[in-house]
Amino acid sequence: MVGDETQSPDLQPLLLLRKPIAFLLSSLSTHFHLLKPWESPLPLPAFLSTHATTVQALLITGLAPVTAAILDSLPSLGCIVTTSVGVDHIDLLECARRGVAVANAGSVFSDDAADYAVGLLIDVLRRISAADGYLRQGLWTLAGDYPLGSKLSGKRIGIIGLGSIGSRVAKRLQAFSCTISYNSLTMKPSVPYKFYPNVCDLASNSDALIVCCALTSKTHHIINKDVLSALGKQGIIINIGRGALVDEEDLIKCLMNADIKGAGLDVFKNEPLVPKELLSMNNVVLSSHSAVNTEENILDLYQLIIANFEAFFAGRPLISPVSA
Amino acid sequence: METLGVLLTVPMDPYLEEELDRRYNLFRLWEAPLESRRDFLFTRAGSIRALVGNTNVGADAETIDALPRLEIVSTFSVGLDKINLDKCRERGIRVTNTPDVLTDDVADLAIGLAIAVLRRIPQVDRYVRDGSWKTKGDYKLTTKLSGKTVGIIGLGRIGMAIAKRAEAFGCPIIYHSRSEKPDTNYKYYSNVLDLAANCEVLIVACSLTPETRHIVNRKIMDALGPKGVLINIGRGLHVDESELVKALVQGRLGGAGIDVFEHEPHVPQELFGLDNVVLVPHVGSDTMETCKAMADLVLQNLEAHFSCKLLLTPVL
Repeated sequence: MVGDETQSPDLQPLLLLRKPIAFLLSSLSTHFHLLKPWESPLPLPAFLSTHATTVQALLITGLAPVTAAILDSLPSLGCIVTTSVGVDHIDLLECARRGVAVANAGSVFSDDAADYAVGLLIDVLRRISAADGYLRQGLWTLAGDYPLGSKLSGKRIGIIGLGSIGSRVAKRLQAFSCTISYNSLTMKPSVPYKFYPNVCDLASNSDALIVCCALTSKTHHIINKDVLSALGKQGIIINIGRGALVDEEDLIKCLMNADIKGAGLDVFKNEPLVPKELLSMNNVVLSSHSAVNTEENILDLYQLIIANFEAFFAGRPLISPVSA
Repeated sequence: METLGVLLTVPMDPYLEEELDRRYNLFRLWEAPLESRRDFLFTRAGSIRALVGNTNVGADAETIDALPRLEIVSTFSVGLDKINLDKCRERGIRVTNTPDVLTDDVADLAIGLAIAVLRRIPQVDRYVRDGSWKTKGDYKLTTKLSGKTVGIIGLGRIGMAIAKRAEAFGCPIIYHSRSEKPDTNYKYYSNVLDLAANCEVLIVACSLTPETRHIVNRKIMDALGPKGVLINIGRGLHVDESELVKALVQGRLGGAGIDVFEHEPHVPQELFGLDNVVLVPHVGSDTMETCKAMADLVLQNLEAHFSCKLLLTPVL
């Protein structure tokens, strides 16, 4: 039996594809009858066709992909909630076609993501991680002071994607007297920042670019060698969106040729694989897709998940819906 | 001008040193081994009229006494703790520092350290570089900065700049200062213990004086507590360093971001193995932009003095 025998059968079934963190697993089992394919000897497709044909609700954790094939095995599916903000791992068109409503993490992560983007930017400019490593290796006494960093305050920041996260990044950096400009799908008339419809123009007029947008077919490799070249030798790039927003090969070449000054990267093309060229650079800060991984977020996220499914089962609109 | 001697105490900035060398007869104190410093000064005392020091080596009583023609001390810092101000006052020696130009950098670093400690940025960077992300999965959950109460010791230029930045993260600001500041809305605490008990991130931003030595002691660290984070961008002596090490190792203090130490460049080795600390080698104002601005201020002050014009940033 692949549900929990101790759970009440009156609880609505909820399918997960991957094992979530312990907190979510134990909390969710008080609200739902959980279907846990990872506990089954059956491969996933067989599990779904055996146990999940009447399931209406699916929780996606760990960015598990939702493909047309998976949707085919879930004919009764009505609602998907993903624990992420990004939805590039879900075939939204197929969901729309089948009338499956999709919800994401809304803005519960936005503050943390914005904090992290600013933290990475300060770290790259001021070399915090590199200097911390230098000090811990005993080099302050052996080799003297660490080389100078660059000032953040007053710099020109270009934000790509001025949504929930991008707007919070802007608000924070304004307090550092930074000038904010942005590129977005559409101009936002209510914001006081300068809009650049062309990313290269944004880059030419920025000292640092912060990538906060969603990954879609339009934004794939939105940062490429032309943008990096426009950003210039003193430029910094911070990516807390998705690896595929940046042409990773172009970025590595630019860093190796000192065509840009540095980078802070939370996301990569093939996580958890990080190109070895980056591993030895001291003008980059690397992170394990951690921009939103705080304890506080997990609690907020959990409440949002419950609220979304409750709304679904009560026939009400989802709390944090996403459309194709 | 060839006989206008300027003493530079330590190498502090290549541009500053070049310019001083170009404009004056420059003596480099560090070129004399410690045992022969006295002689070094004695033989040059006849021409040394200015001293340029920093947070490492300034102008103590012995040095000032050895330089009877000293007219001005121009420090490459805003802090004055390495200058014997009483001696300078007694002798009528002018003193200048470098306020304002470094305020932003120090405030930026304070916030950068707070995010780095709470979100473990250097630790995650090392985790990725040593291959752990591939073998052990994502780095563990960390703690949010946004919305945490930030307590600031010292609400001068730097303290106010830190407050302004922290507010943009939704952080309520509370502070302690020698006296309450009438033109802020931040909540004032008349003692540091209550401040520490009521905040989650405590930032030291005051100047070092005999009164503020070890202003963060064991009691303060215990009040800040096992979830609290201490950020020191002031002076090493603001914090009782041996108590800090104990509190961190024993888990009585949640974490620390430290730019300054009691005996720089020596850092207690016990801190090196901890993943809840971020340690940087006194880099508060160490950016190319700010160092140039600080150097220019030192040079302009010296020029003003020697042309009998008003000093730009006098302390005495």
